[in-house]
Amino acid sequence: MMTFGRTDRSVVSDWWWTVDRWLMVALFVLAGTGAILVMAASPPVADRIGVDTFHFVRRQIVFMIPALMVLVGVSMMSPLWVRRSAVIVFFGAVVLLFATLVMGAEIKGATRWLNVAGFVIQPSEFTKPAMAVVVAWMLSQRQNDPGFPAFPVALALLLLVLTPLLLQPDIGMALVVCAVWFIQMFLAGLPLFIVAGLAVIGMAGAVGAYAFFPHVASRIDRFLDPSSGDSFQVTTSLNAFGHGGLWGTGPGEGVVKQILPDAHADFIFAVAGEEFGLVFALFIVALFAFIVLRGLSRLMRETDLFILLAGTGLFAQVGLQSVINMGVNVSLLPAKGMTLPFISYGGSSTLALALGFGYALALTRARATPAWAGAAPTAARTPLNAVLRGAR
Amino acid sequence: MNAPRPDATHTYDRRSGRTRAQVALEGATKQAVETGHARLLAVAAVFVLCFLVLGGRLVHLTVLRDGPGAGAIAQAVSAADSYRADIVDRNGLLLATNVRTASLYAEPRIMMNQDEAVAKLATVFPEIDKKDLLVRLHSDKSFTWVRRHLTPKQQAAVNALGIPGIGFLDETRRIYPQGRAAAHVLGYVGIDNEGLAGVEKAFDAQLRGPDAARSKRPLQLSIDIRVQHILRDELARAVTNFRAIGGAGIIYDVHSGEVIAMASMPDFDSNAPGEATAEQLFNRVTLGVYEMGSTFKAFTIASALHYGTSGLDDTFDATEPIRVGRYQIRDDHAKSRWLTVPEIFMYSSNIGAAKIAMEVGTERQRLFLQRLGLLSRPDIELPEVGAPMVPTPWREINTMTIAFGHGIAVSPLQTAAGFAPLINGGVRVPSTLIKRPQGEVVLGERVVSPQTADTMRRLMRLVVEEGTGKQAAVKGFLVGGKTGTAEKATAGGYARKALLSSFVAAFPMTDPRYLVIAILDEPKGTKATYNFATGGWTAAPVTGRVIARAGPLLGVMPVDEESGDVHKAMLISTRKGRSGAAF
Repeated sequence: MMTFGRTDRSVVSDWWWTVDRWLMVALFVLAGTGAILVMAASPPVADRIGVDTFHFVRRQIVFMIPALMVLVGVSMMSPLWVRRSAVIVFFGAVVLLFATLVMGAEIKGATRWLNVAGFVIQPSEFTKPAMAVVVAWMLSQRQNDPGFPAFPVALALLLLVLTPLLLQPDIGMALVVCAVWFIQMFLAGLPLFIVAGLAVIGMAGAVGAYAFFPHVASRIDRFLDPSSGDSFQVTTSLNAFGHGGLWGTGPGEGVVKQILPDAHADFIFAVAGEEFGLVFALFIVALFAFIVLRGLSRLMRETDLFILLAGTGLFAQVGLQSVINMGVNVSLLPAKGMTLPFISYGGSSTLALALGFGYALALTRARATPAWAGAAPTAARTPLNAVLRGAR
Repeated sequence: MNAPRPDATHTYDRRSGRTRAQVALEGATKQAVETGHARLLAVAAVFVLCFLVLGGRLVHLTVLRDGPGAGAIAQAVSAADSYRADIVDRNGLLLATNVRTASLYAEPRIMMNQDEAVAKLATVFPEIDKKDLLVRLHSDKSFTWVRRHLTPKQQAAVNALGIPGIGFLDETRRIYPQGRAAAHVLGYVGIDNEGLAGVEKAFDAQLRGPDAARSKRPLQLSIDIRVQHILRDELARAVTNFRAIGGAGIIYDVHSGEVIAMASMPDFDSNAPGEATAEQLFNRVTLGVYEMGSTFKAFTIASALHYGTSGLDDTFDATEPIRVGRYQIRDDHAKSRWLTVPEIFMYSSNIGAAKIAMEVGTERQRLFLQRLGLLSRPDIELPEVGAPMVPTPWREINTMTIAFGHGIAVSPLQTAAGFAPLINGGVRVPSTLIKRPQGEVVLGERVVSPQTADTMRRLMRLVVEEGTGKQAAVKGFLVGGKTGTAEKATAGGYARKALLSSFVAAFPMTDPRYLVIAILDEPKGTKATYNFATGGWTAAPVTGRVIARAGPLLGVMPVDEESGDVHKAMLISTRKGRSGAAF
């Protein structure tokens, strides 16, 4: 065990004494749980598609190691560096996001993936955490300058990301991005009548998705009336929990993973429910609840608006994704391709989540000094601010 | 934890020298942060609610809800797993399909009286292992099979017992309407419908994959089941007649490489593979490798013509057996004189073939056989494929014995594929058990010139017309071929009485499309054959009868064997320096 004196002011020591270690432990437990579940769920999928049995397990472990390194490394950043790196990641990811429309690899009817130097990456995954930070920065600019057009700028950023997402199309991702953005706007003091108005627009958007994207319509039809079409994945997933019972069938004894095409990804929670039972499934729910609520509760004491908004955005993203994924697995929500953070198989998703969790840990570190010590962001000293105001 | 925040009233001027505007700004910031905190609380509350609902739903699904039992989940799995595509022959006739059956399972956890259940079930299934069943029913399992694939009568009887805790699952069972006819081609499946042999195993993934379930398209084989029945029928009859220990037969399209029929004796019923012996399951056509004997002389002469080392006019001294060390090469139908190349083929002279091969040379012989695909494991869509046995090192003595088909062992399928170029115009085509689409051009590799192939056709016709293969003749089908009678290798030498008798035939020799091979393993001569058990006496008549029966079905037009055109096409000189006709 490393030991650091409290008077040691080096970066690592400083980090060790200020980071939320409970939260970090929870994240590592989550990663470990994910490794076990991918091991349980993926072999039949691998056999089905004709790669070797432990293909997904090996790859997930290979992704997990750099992901945890990113998580720890990023969590050592100061809020200023969080902001700077997020801006870079955000614009890089948006460029790649538009690139998917032109040169993306089409998988299962959508072009969400990009082949970069031998790696297949999903830029939208990296957009999410970075966007939460960048939007929080824009919204918090109002505290430096009441005249700063924070809401219009935030809206512009949303549209910038939403456009390629809807063109891909990736409705699930668009939904999460909108919801996180909406929560951040809500916290930033959006007047309540606009909140209500946006809620109406959101609903209209949902209806629009139903009307314009056939696969969305078909999924919702099948959710409302399972007999109207092929609700095979959801029905099977539902049966899995019944089959598992309180303690589960035991590792490797489950059968649904043999027939669920996405047993290692979107429906990994059902495999957990079948093989490890209700107790373990509740443990996973509790783990996500702990991470999200602990994060939010630490932000309750935060007095810096940027950190408050960015942190809320990051934790809300994880919370939304986990709630939606698990909700689909237990058939509370219509089928939606959404990964269970840190547990589902997926390289881009794991790395991007590590980045997001890293930001979240960095922002929730205990600070004895004001967040911007040494870099007070006054209106005059923020070039971006000056540019935006000048352009107005 | 709370960072000491500069308060406007205390820090004004003294510490940071802020202006009034900035103080106002800080007041607004504080206001914004407070709003943020209040609304954050609302967001957190929504999340708490979501997680609680999720947890509640999980409890509801697993514990409270009378959810689907083990049976339902197993049904879902079996429904997805049980689809298996049909297999049909080249004309769409059904070779393998599924019937719906009921299988009996028990849920031991909810069972009340296991002993009574076992006692009752034993009245319906007297042969059931009561002890084993009792142990399984007393276990803590949620699901166990009692018996698979019940008949409707058994199902009704079990229903009438009224035992709680048992149930039926719909399953499918593979059936083969053609029974034994193409057993070695089709193979068979296990209790869970997984392919265990033959095409069923080779195409297992394709037959049961999700794509198969979606498309419902059957797997279409190159086999013609009508012809298959004929081949199996004739082969079985010959095996019985000559008291052979086994037999093998194949009908092969020399242009497309398609296997039209393939039979191995003894055979088995694909519907009941469990009752078959290892001997019955063994596929002699693809898995068995044999020293083919004199049929190999066709390859020897083709190689000599191909490399130009011998012409049809050349003669070889076959007066005396060849002695090489302790080996002696003799002729069975000894003419004890000089023989021309066509005579060597026609009378199947071992001495002559060995001498021809020596002129070709060891290296070129090996290369030629390799190009015919005889030295490597053949490519065919079956798991049961044997690799040839090839001498290493390949010495001069091997060259001589291989010239007449000894000292090298290949499968009957390889023999068929090797003969194809000699009669189809010189092109080696890939073998297949899958029907090629109509009009597909099969790209092959040229092995011999069309002239060489043409000569080989004439030579094969000569064998049936005048030589050892007369009994394969079928009027109107202009059969050509080559006999083979190999002495089977035993420990330390060759058994003179244990023969592998074969005949390789093709028809009609003016434009042959089909190749027929019949092989009998250790046939015994009969009175009718004057106790001869050679290829010409046992296997040649089989191919003759197969051709007579299958030829019309395959749509082969009969030719007038006496017409001048046919005579001209089959013209070949057997005498040195004289142009004569082989009729």
